[in-house]
Amino acid sequence: MNTLWNDSLSGFWSAWIIVITLGTIAFSAWILFANRKTDKAPDAEGNVETTGHPADEIEEYDNPLPRWWFHLFVGTILFSLVYLVLYPGLGNFAGLLGWSQEGQWEEEVARAEERFTPIFAQYQEVPIPELARDGEAMQVGERIYQNNCAVCHGANAQGGYGFPNLTDDDWLYGGEPENIVTTLERGRNGLMPSWQQLGEANIENLTQHVLALSDLEHDAESAEQGASLFASVCAACHTPDGTGNQALGAPNLTNDTWLYRAPGQSVADSIRQTLRNGRNGHMPVQQAYIGEERVHVVAAYVYSLRFQD
Amino acid sequence: MSTAFEHPTYNYKVVRQFAIMTVVWGIVGMLLGVIIASQLVWPELNLGLPWTSFGRLRPLHTNAVIFAFGGSALFATSYYVVQRTCQVRLFSDKLAAFTFWGWQAVILSAIITLPMGYTSTKEYAELEWPIDILLAVVWISYAIVFLMTIKLRKTSHIYVANWFFAAFIITVAVLHIVNSASIPVGTTYSVSVYSGAIDAMVHWWYGHNAVGFFLTAGFLGMMYYFVPKQAERPVYSYRLSIVHFWALIMVYMWAGPHHLHYTALPNWTQSLGMVLSIILLAPSWGGMINGMMTLSGAWHKLRTDPTLRFMVVALSFYGMSTFEGPMMAVKTVNALSHYTDWTIGHVHAGALGWVAMITIGSMYHLIPRLYGRTEMHSVNLIGVHFWLATIGTVLYIAAMWVNGILQGLMWRAINADGTLMYTFIESVEASGPGYIVRLIGGLCWVAGMLIMAYNVFMTVRRGEGARQPLPQTA
Repeated sequence: MNTLWNDSLSGFWSAWIIVITLGTIAFSAWILFANRKTDKAPDAEGNVETTGHPADEIEEYDNPLPRWWFHLFVGTILFSLVYLVLYPGLGNFAGLLGWSQEGQWEEEVARAEERFTPIFAQYQEVPIPELARDGEAMQVGERIYQNNCAVCHGANAQGGYGFPNLTDDDWLYGGEPENIVTTLERGRNGLMPSWQQLGEANIENLTQHVLALSDLEHDAESAEQGASLFASVCAACHTPDGTGNQALGAPNLTNDTWLYRAPGQSVADSIRQTLRNGRNGHMPVQQAYIGEERVHVVAAYVYSLRFQD
Repeated sequence: MSTAFEHPTYNYKVVRQFAIMTVVWGIVGMLLGVIIASQLVWPELNLGLPWTSFGRLRPLHTNAVIFAFGGSALFATSYYVVQRTCQVRLFSDKLAAFTFWGWQAVILSAIITLPMGYTSTKEYAELEWPIDILLAVVWISYAIVFLMTIKLRKTSHIYVANWFFAAFIITVAVLHIVNSASIPVGTTYSVSVYSGAIDAMVHWWYGHNAVGFFLTAGFLGMMYYFVPKQAERPVYSYRLSIVHFWALIMVYMWAGPHHLHYTALPNWTQSLGMVLSIILLAPSWGGMINGMMTLSGAWHKLRTDPTLRFMVVALSFYGMSTFEGPMMAVKTVNALSHYTDWTIGHVHAGALGWVAMITIGSMYHLIPRLYGRTEMHSVNLIGVHFWLATIGTVLYIAAMWVNGILQGLMWRAINADGTLMYTFIESVEASGPGYIVRLIGGLCWVAGMLIMAYNVFMTVRRGEGARQPLPQTA
């Protein structure tokens, strides 16, 4: 074993690949050379006499292969043989250049790291609230945001059905720099369990109670009946007054943010749906893809959104 | 179908059936293409229904144009050519009839199941296993009819068109059966017997040879009969046909991995796919040269014969797309072109420019002869169809070149800080104008096909009215 040969295939299969590859190329070359010329002379129009076995009155001349085409064919064969000496192709033979797609990728990443690390190293030194006011850094942050975050949170960062708005001051897990960094570093998993087992009557009472918490139109009697159930079932996460708990990612139920309200759906219906079926919110880990330095800059960008109009 | 034109020797009935269905499926398949092209411009045209969504109609479009339109054309022409060049009737009328009805059944099953969402998920092989089995049975019957007819021939030599038809029929049987091998889980769902990179490799071995044998070798067979017939000139070079036939079928088999550059496929497999794609250039061009040079001494006919013009332009697009293909198989080019609209443009340069053009030219030669006439109802309408098809193809492929290169460059552009210069959605927005131009190209094609349908209808009706005896065979 040396650098010219790898061991991705067993000896037999490596040999098999080499034999059939070179065999195919050799066959192409042979059929080309074997039929290149004819010893018959062309007629006045330059065509060599026909084969003498017409098919449905179609005759066939026996003209020689066009010279330029012959050379084109030979050229591609030579190119291929040279390529197969230089690059991996013949079974386990790695090629004289030692090239591989994995190697090419690693080289490109290394070159990129060398070029871009100083830029981000410089931002890493600056605390997030300060970095959020650095216009140039925020341009960089916005690009990272647009390429990684916008697909869910939207190009304007105002979120959508099931995806939180990042421009308001309502935060599921907290909006301080360290909260945002934690979200990006580790991801978040929000879980609202299903309460179907409580029965439809209780779900309706709880719905009316939640509507009452945020001062929306509700059935007072039903909301009153839901109060005790809210205290025993919901308050553990959403707190007794319904303002939520950022340590758990339990949303505030007293304001006008309704993450899971589908377009065109009433608030009441979205609450009923949440209670019946539960909800799963998933913010994927970002650090593994973009690295600590870019997390720092994009966190500052998200932090900066609160100053922007 | 009328029985007024029963040929004393040959079975023309099955040829007529397939020829008419070629026109019908051509309109259906291209109309589906126009619908999904419109959806890319106006997404709301998917109507919010699962059955009419892009993801379900796109495989229906590809199946309809490749297998329904292209397939019917290949059945029609191969049955016609093998009889005339072997001077013998088809081996079995009943089996030939079975291939017609069986093939239509496969197409109807596709039209029902693909919009319902039943799919094996393999591109160009989406049909589920019960339909796959029917397809295999029909195809093997086709092979028996065709090869046995050659065996019974009354001529000393097998004409070159039949080499290509035979290679296409045998290889497609192997490709279809190997690639579709799966374990059924109920009647509408199955799991491929291959997994991971091997599944991908088998799939693209099939996929590229569907191009190489179904869409190339088969249509070269068509070309080798109808071009010299329409031009009334001898084929340029017998020995060129020998060299390019054997090299083509030997080398095409290897080209599949170029669909999987820079993936989990091993480095050596990718390289072999690339170098053999490059060797494929000359064998492909051999067919173009043999067709083009057959016209030497008959160029003046192009002025008056739009059918011949269809054939010449088909050969030009064949030459162009078989140059483009090896170029796109080079890893460096592929790194830019892969996953962009350039690929779609390349496919349509071949599918519209080559496959559809040579088919239409051949049909304009074939259909009047099947109905006891020597020419189509209106030669002028063939001319109109020719220009619509040519302009449509140019608009289509030019739009996709621009879009493809635009997308490739936008996706790789980076800022000084290493971030991507454009978001994906910006590249989609930038592609909008190209999608409109492509749609116009597609509309030109459908308009041309409707004119063809009218012309064919009038030809058939007049032919039936005249009830002339068919010309005798040579």
